[in-house]
Amino acid sequence: MRVTVTVNGQPHTREVEPRLLLVHFLRDELGLTGTHWGCDTSNCGVCTVRLDGVPVKSCTVLAVMADGHEVTTVEGLERDGELDAVQKGFVECHGLQCGFCTPGMLLTARWLLDRDPDPDEATIREAISGQLCRCTGYENIVRSIKWAAAAEQEARS
Amino acid sequence: MQVPATFAYERADSVPHAIALLERYGPDARIVAGGHSLIPMMKLRLAQPEALIDINGLAGELGRVAIEREGEGEELAIGALVRHAELLDSTAATDLFPIFRDAERVIADPIVRNRGTVGGSLCQADPSEDLAAVFAALGATAVIQGPGGVRTVPIREFHRGPYETAVEPNELLIQLRVPVRPGTGSAYEKVERRVGDWPVAAAGAVLTVEDGVITSAGIGLTAVGAEGFHAPEAEELLTGRPPGAEAFAEAGRVAAEHCEPHADQRGPADYKRHLAAELTRRALTTAAGRI
Ligand SMILES: Cc1cc2nc3c(=O)[nH]c(=O)nc-3n(C[C@H](O)[C@H](O)[C@H](O)COP(=O)(O)OP(=O)(O)OC[C@H]3O[C@@H](n4cnc5c(N)ncnc54)[C@H](O)[C@@H]3O)c2cc1C
Ligand code: FES
Ligand code: FES
Repeated sequence: MRVTVTVNGQPHTREVEPRLLLVHFLRDELGLTGTHWGCDTSNCGVCTVRLDGVPVKSCTVLAVMADGHEVTTVEGLERDGELDAVQKGFVECHGLQCGFCTPGMLLTARWLLDRDPDPDEATIREAISGQLCRCTGYENIVRSIKWAAAAEQEARS
Repeated sequence: MQVPATFAYERADSVPHAIALLERYGPDARIVAGGHSLIPMMKLRLAQPEALIDINGLAGELGRVAIEREGEGEELAIGALVRHAELLDSTAATDLFPIFRDAERVIADPIVRNRGTVGGSLCQADPSEDLAAVFAALGATAVIQGPGGVRTVPIREFHRGPYETAVEPNELLIQLRVPVRPGTGSAYEKVERRVGDWPVAAAGAVLTVEDGVITSAGIGLTAVGAEGFHAPEAEELLTGRPPGAEAFAEAGRVAAEHCEPHADQRGPADYKRHLAAELTRRALTTAAGRI
């Protein structure tokens, strides 16, 4: 089946089998390996991408379901060579160790701050509760997201 | 790497079109909504449909939450394609029935809730489905559409057994309708092993009180082998009595007696039976406090 998926603003057309999962479409067809692939059972959240703005676990979405829709992956977070505030936060606050969970964490953090620019700690922890950090670095991940929220508040004021 | 077997993929552009596609492909075709139950089963080859009919494009028809007039009163109408996250965000639903907020906050995790749907949960009919107990407690009505038109089924007759519902292979669940009654409180209590997990056991309660007496009691139970996901004996016991700690504890005991929990990786049967009693008592207490 012929599908056209707009990924990070760029339309991509490919011939795919309906059973191809979105995570493999992104990684294997488009070479966008920033989207990771872990548990394969919709539990760990490393495969999270934004589909029409909403974070979803791409190991449990068919590529054909994204036909005609917009997908944002971690590669689409930076703008004109400048990292997004959440990416800067992870750099500043040591928000990653091995980095396996990081793309999903970043996209979920961006989604959270888009909806709630000043989340408290409980809200942040709730928002990332669908993502597992195998290195268990949650403290610094929460700190990184707080850093990004504060940086964006400051930029606005 | 888990890969589903091959299948044909069709996108429905309306409810009648989805039904026509189901008819064309026959009983081996399946509707796919959020896909968060069906796709994992297909990856494990526990399900091998020959065709998937994708209804994700039908948000206009099936994605609404609204309060509608119905005869003398009102009903809350929830479309089958409403995502868990949308139900949680719908103040129309959660202000009237806080049981939705209680339950949706502990169903899966926020990312899964962005995709999984109300209709998919009910049609999946997993014996541990949270929303099955919620809608049973609320005494909802399922609206089903097929080639012959639209029919309604009381939710307590909707589930026919594990993974079996009243929806025929050529039909679609399109909506859930919940009667709105003044003087009603509701709540949901769940015990899970870890955040985002399926329940070890859970109970929902919906109470209507008039002049100090319970005029209607709904008790929903999941993961404990309660037939039809509800507890009719306990509901009957409460009707006509004033709300109170003693009545709620007794209702919990009776509800637990009529369950048939099974031991599994989430816990032994006697623990689940204990939870059925205690969670019923707690849900009733909270529901009464919210009237
Ligand atoms: C990691 C994880 C954790 C979860 N935790 C919980 C939990 O704690 N509690 C809980 O209750 N659930 C939980 N779930 C299940 C989740 O709620 C369901 O997967 C989901 O809501 C099912 O909806 P869906 O739209 O994804 O259904 P799908 O997977 O698309 O469909 C499920 C079934 O219903 C049928 N179907 C779907 N829509 C219709 C319709 N409108 N008419 C007729 N048939 C239809 C499909 O053909 C299929 O047989 C969890 C799921 C995951 C992946
Ligand atoms: S790989 Fe998708 S949730 Fe783990
Ligand atoms: S940094 Fe290693 S999994 Fe999170």
